[in-house]
Amino acid sequence: MMARPELSTALPVAPPQRASLGMRFVQELRRSALSYAFIAPFFIVFLLFIAIPTLAAAILSFTTFNAVEQPRFIGWTNYINLLTQDLVFWKHAIPNTFKFAIIVGPVGYFMSFALAWFICKLPQRLRTYYTLAMYAPSLTAGVAMAVVWLIVFSGDRLGYLNGLLIRLNLIDSPQLWTQDPRYLLTIMMIVSIWSSMGIGFLAMIAGIQNVDTQLYEAGKIDGIKSALQEIWYITIPAMKPQMLFGAIMAVVGTLKAGAISMELSGVNPTPGYSGHLIINHIDDFGFIRFEMGYAATLSVFLLVLVYATSKICMKLFGSRGE
Amino acid sequence: MRLWPRKSRLNRLSPYQLLLVLLMTLLAVFMLMPIVFLFNHAFKPMHELFLYPPTFLVRDATWVNFLDLLTVSKSTIVPASRYLFNSLLTSVLTVVAATFISILCAFPLSKHQFKGKTLLFSSILVSLMFAPETVQIPRYYVISSLGIVNTYFAHILPMVALPVIVFLFKQFIDQIPNDLLESARMEGASEFRVFMNIIVPLCIPVVATAAILSFQSAWNNLEASQLFMEDETMKTLPFYVSTLTSGLANSVARQGVAAAAALLMFLPNFIIFLLLQSRVISTMAHSGIK
Repeated sequence: MMARPELSTALPVAPPQRASLGMRFVQELRRSALSYAFIAPFFIVFLLFIAIPTLAAAILSFTTFNAVEQPRFIGWTNYINLLTQDLVFWKHAIPNTFKFAIIVGPVGYFMSFALAWFICKLPQRLRTYYTLAMYAPSLTAGVAMAVVWLIVFSGDRLGYLNGLLIRLNLIDSPQLWTQDPRYLLTIMMIVSIWSSMGIGFLAMIAGIQNVDTQLYEAGKIDGIKSALQEIWYITIPAMKPQMLFGAIMAVVGTLKAGAISMELSGVNPTPGYSGHLIINHIDDFGFIRFEMGYAATLSVFLLVLVYATSKICMKLFGSRGE
Repeated sequence: MRLWPRKSRLNRLSPYQLLLVLLMTLLAVFMLMPIVFLFNHAFKPMHELFLYPPTFLVRDATWVNFLDLLTVSKSTIVPASRYLFNSLLTSVLTVVAATFISILCAFPLSKHQFKGKTLLFSSILVSLMFAPETVQIPRYYVISSLGIVNTYFAHILPMVALPVIVFLFKQFIDQIPNDLLESARMEGASEFRVFMNIIVPLCIPVVATAAILSFQSAWNNLEASQLFMEDETMKTLPFYVSTLTSGLANSVARQGVAAAAALLMFLPNFIIFLLLQSRVISTMAHSGIK
């Protein structure tokens, strides 16, 4: 009953309102023109090189496409093949990626935090040197470090690891470290952890340094005894945003890894698919077999995987009530 | 004791801190070992590369590997200096462009109200999780339909879209007080003046961070040379290094040159970080995702 009179009074004014809506849109556009102008350059490259490729991958994933003929729409076939036919994917790419990510992600992340925390316990003067030492590996380019790994893990006696282990009498003949399916994935993990103290690590150092020292004093009064309690009850809650940033960087970094297996072994696919990660599988279909449609399906799968994992991190570290 | 003032300072550390310093030093040595190795290997003369048992440190340091790198090139007519020039040019341009457009974009994202703002920011947040490696193929089609295959634009433009930098700028600008901008506007400063005279100077620490991050990704980028360049003279240093390292497993002969090239790849990243590192940490304090 109360709604009726309101409606009837509202109706006559409706047409002018619609016009002013259009006017308001133009006004809004004009008022914000400056804002849009500031944003435009980034927005264009963002659109061209991030948004459109992602969208295109999603569309291509429903086609069969060999890079020569026109893409042909085939519906869900690629996805069905992915789920039911692709043995290499389920037998090698998924377990390897899973193992790799489960080890490298959390270990790298935990190390980042622990090292950041220890560095902040050092006197101010020394912090820079240690930060630099830990961060330096992430400054190295994969292609360039391949030189080092190839020499260190070289399969003959001249390889440094072989030389060292033979001298220590731990092995009696040289091992083909990067060609042997038994070792490749492990070596990939070690090298990746080595270079994983990147931007997330820097964020954590900054986060720990910026925790209000009053919180620690208050914590002491409230009966916090050990350093571990201090980390758990004060440091981590106070730097949750940085923890989340670091976590997302770690997830993306580990799930998109793949170049490393090629840099170490020199071939794709790796011997016995031992270092085969999802990215290698995409490269295999995209650039070796030219099955672009199927490669796109794999890309979409990986992007969804990265996104879902990041969402889980957000659940874990997202600040509540903010 | 007077001769070693450092030692007396170390003595001031608590036993706990001393132990920590010791452990951290061990770990730091371990982390730096491959890099130290690279340094040494790059300066080794040919006969030291073949030694058995292999040596870690160089004995007679020589520049010969670097000379070889610059004068000899591997079975192509393109000299290494050309790759180096391409790398320097594209990386520097990428840093300038990426930093500039990111700070431009972050300013209204933080301080203006406009339609689509939340949508834009949330898509930037989502794209923090974006991995360009996964969509190389569609990226190639974008590049080729723009007609920039085989040009420097194909090196620069894709590397310029770095959402993480916009994100860092935005978080940093968020904590610049609005009153500061308001008072400048009251005095009749245009929005562009506000941007140039207030926002940019205050954001210098983030500019340093953005420079490091964008330089690193551009300098190390192999994808563009492999996919978007047909002409050998348009490719960059990472590509050259990758040609040197492929098939290296079986030949010791090229190791010295490859190590020299790898060192050339590492040093600029390292020097830039060394110069700017204190500013980076202060930026990262605002890097959190809430």
